[in-house]
Amino acid sequence: MIHALIARDARRALAGHAWLPIAFFALVVALMPFAVGPDARLLARIGPGVLWVAALTAALLPIERLIEPDRADGVLDQLTLRGIADESVAVAKIVAHWLTFGPLLLVAAIPGAALLGMDGGALLRAELALAIGTVALAALAVAVAAVTASLPRAGALAGLLLLPLAVPLLIFGIADAPLLETAVALLLTAGAPFVAGAAIRAGRT
Amino acid sequence: MTALLRFSDVSLRRGGRLLVEGMSLELRPGEALQISGRNGSGKSSLIRLAAGLLTAERGEVERSALALADDAVALDRERPLAAALSFWGGDLEPALADFGIAHLAGVPVRLLSSGQLKRATLARVQASRAPLWLLDEPLNALDSDGFERLSVALDKHRAGGGAVLAASHQPLPGDWRRIDLGQSA
Repeated sequence: MIHALIARDARRALAGHAWLPIAFFALVVALMPFAVGPDARLLARIGPGVLWVAALTAALLPIERLIEPDRADGVLDQLTLRGIADESVAVAKIVAHWLTFGPLLLVAAIPGAALLGMDGGALLRAELALAIGTVALAALAVAVAAVTASLPRAGALAGLLLLPLAVPLLIFGIADAPLLETAVALLLTAGAPFVAGAAIRAGRT
Repeated sequence: MTALLRFSDVSLRRGGRLLVEGMSLELRPGEALQISGRNGSGKSSLIRLAAGLLTAERGEVERSALALADDAVALDRERPLAAALSFWGGDLEPALADFGIAHLAGVPVRLLSSGQLKRATLARVQASRAPLWLLDEPLNALDSDGFERLSVALDKHRAGGGAVLAASHQPLPGDWRRIDLGQSA
């Protein structure tokens, strides 16, 4: 059932909302040369930071689609009745969300890095950092989605909740410290299913 | 210990209101129990408590494997009905036929009427083969043909040793024990 849930969520995302954050990411990155001017050295220097900020903001877009539709439609209830723990549902949703968010974003970062004039080494370092970071971002997105499910204007609130939690990822990702970034990512990814599971349970009425 | 559902001295509080106090009941194979009561008297909450989706403030609820049909459709709107239902598994084809929606198998869920969706959720319950059925307002949006088909399905389920707990303010087909949750709107 967990595999079926991952497959279902991934299929639903690819049929629609998965493309929105990627397009948003590409657009933000593409705006940057216009915003700061054609100074290639400056662009290359701020390039990794631009990729990260674009990734963080793009991660906010799908949040309202991650949990709330399934809560409102009774899917979460029916899963519980089949004996699946809310935490397991959260894990499945994190996996499905990362699969439809992380790889696409990493691909979109390649032309993004070229637009910003980053060289091969910088691109490689940024890709590694984003590969680790997107896992934690996916986990955070699901946890925040569960916490804000059923609230009005959940999207805006979700941004306020997610971005501060993502700051350590950003710091270690930019600082080229993959081990520390991995440690933070592990912590966030391991904690997220429990937060999400508890939030789903608490949200039952 | 053959009861499929047992409430022992159960109290349930929702939003600061005590909906049920010290309720004990038992549902054995072949039995059907209707919870009636006015809007807001806690019928749906009692069903969700029986399902394990809510926890009792006091007392114990024991339940066997069960299936729930309520107003939440829990089907992917973009997928054809049969594909959306198959996510939930079970013995689907006879259930679709019994509820008269086999011809809708290829129609996307979003195009179905509320009565057709109600039949689909009831078909999911039947397909689950669970011994205990929990039905929250099963007659909502059902036409007379749907009513007949539900009646047949309920008889078959009970004859096969199943039990049903249903919440409805309308009379249900067949003979039911009844609990009235009474006043409070």
